[in-house]
Amino acid sequence: MNTQLLARQVRRDSLKQIHRAGSGHPGGALSSADILAVLYRNILNLDGPSRDRFILSKGHSAPALYAVWANSQLIEHEALQGFRKLNAPLQGHPHVLATPLCETSTGSLGQGFSVALGIALGYRHQGLSGRVFALLGDGELQEGIVWETAMCAAQYKLNNLIAILDYNKLQSDDRNSNIIGLEPLTDKWRAFGWHVLEVDGHDHDALYEALSQTYDKPTFVVAHTVKGKGVSWMENIPKWHGSVKLTDDELTRALEELGEE
Amino acid sequence: MSSQPTLIGMSGDTLREAFGKALADLMEHYPNVVVLDGDVAGGTGTHHVRSRYPDRFYQMGIAEQNMMGVAAGMAATGLIPVVTTFAAFSLRAYEIARLSVAYAQRNVKIVCSHPGLDTGPDGASAQSMEDLAAFMAIPNMTVLSPADPVEVRLATKAMLDHQGPIYMRTGRSATTRLFDEKHRFEIGKGQILRSGSDITLIACGVQVARCLAAAELASKMGISVQVVNMPTLKPIDEALILQCAKETGILMTSEDHNTLNGLGSQVARVTARHCPVPVFCHGVQDTFGESGEPEELAEKYGLSAPSILRQLQDFLAQHRN
Repeated sequence: MNTQLLARQVRRDSLKQIHRAGSGHPGGALSSADILAVLYRNILNLDGPSRDRFILSKGHSAPALYAVWANSQLIEHEALQGFRKLNAPLQGHPHVLATPLCETSTGSLGQGFSVALGIALGYRHQGLSGRVFALLGDGELQEGIVWETAMCAAQYKLNNLIAILDYNKLQSDDRNSNIIGLEPLTDKWRAFGWHVLEVDGHDHDALYEALSQTYDKPTFVVAHTVKGKGVSWMENIPKWHGSVKLTDDELTRALEELGEE
Repeated sequence: MSSQPTLIGMSGDTLREAFGKALADLMEHYPNVVVLDGDVAGGTGTHHVRSRYPDRFYQMGIAEQNMMGVAAGMAATGLIPVVTTFAAFSLRAYEIARLSVAYAQRNVKIVCSHPGLDTGPDGASAQSMEDLAAFMAIPNMTVLSPADPVEVRLATKAMLDHQGPIYMRTGRSATTRLFDEKHRFEIGKGQILRSGSDITLIACGVQVARCLAAAELASKMGISVQVVNMPTLKPIDEALILQCAKETGILMTSEDHNTLNGLGSQVARVTARHCPVPVFCHGVQDTFGESGEPEELAEKYGLSAPSILRQLQDFLAQHRN
């Protein structure tokens, strides 16, 4: 499956999980689908003790993470049926004891990024070569711990740490700029000592180019995305951040727009 | 177990210094241990680690939230991170300890100095009366509060041998040495330090020495006080609590911590269910402290040995009929 097909499947399976569960966060799952597809298909080496690690710091996009696993044969596709259900492993936000692939439990914003730094530092301490990727949401950057982590990563010059920002410009209630603005974003991260790249977060070639390189500093990839990407009537509408109930009709119309399996 | 402890007197060592020395000594035998500091290594005792194992000592700066998250991540690579700061500041990282450490069952050890009024002249901002309550409320978290430098040393080793997250309180001020080298420490076990028949005093941390002193004063007045050291607050030694409840029929707990949801609550929870006897939860009575020397504060806030004795007598008088 190429990354385009994988991203489409991630979008379709994300919405199916949210529909079946009766709750969940579609907007950010759709905006991050291309990033996840490129990472899991072409970037991450998940073998061995020095494996690359990926942490979904924006844990509410869990359905997209579970979908990319299922479509990469890392978990049974059947497991998606249990998203948010009692006695099933796929928790509303990723939990490492239930699904070890998620590397750490997330769902409280900012923590996954800090844990990713800890893994990167632990790797360096032990001479392990794997890289550590963390996917952050834009609203997440309002958490103070993010900036503590940003300073610490620069101090330790952790060039094995790569943060990717799913920059869809919307958070739960409104646009970032109407809540607590993030700009000038790239200037901030450069000033904090990071190597900063900007890419179109839906352009697979650009994502691959940005994520396959190693630099001499921790790397911050600003991936410009569209919240709700792929479903026209969800795009750029804050209400589809979640946690929402998708009706049967909404699911059918969304899947029609996304295209065939 | 009920043999009298060897009272060796003031050792001059604080619990934090005992911890730092013990940890630095143990690290030779525990190659996976790394230590994280939030710019307070001089205060927590980990300056001993910094000087002896500089490449296993990670300075995280004044950023406790990130320090806790980094510890969780380092544990995810197989290391055993020991996170150190002041007890009050660990609360700043509380939610990270909850999600990234405890929920994920990471093998992280959180060790904090400056607990309670023992913190002294720094004042209320640094005197944590809440840390034991806070960390006990987190599932998977073991909570320790050892009583003297010998026990701190043993608890530090037990902590490193234990698989799973632990919160341990040390102390800031010079401590009475209670135990000799024959002392044993096991997570989840308390010990009767002094046998008695009228009431049992169950204490942790710096209050153990004060309770022993209060028991000595009481004996001169004809009151027979049993004293229990309870260095593990969670999981609590239920069997020992129930044994004491049956033996003396009345209990008093003592802690340098808010009496809401600390050692006293743990003891009362056990007795209320299995052996209802009167329990007086003695400690800091839901108030903030202030600047002063630890012994002055102990007197003012009712934690000193004479004050324990006065309150114990009142409590016994209430229940004599």
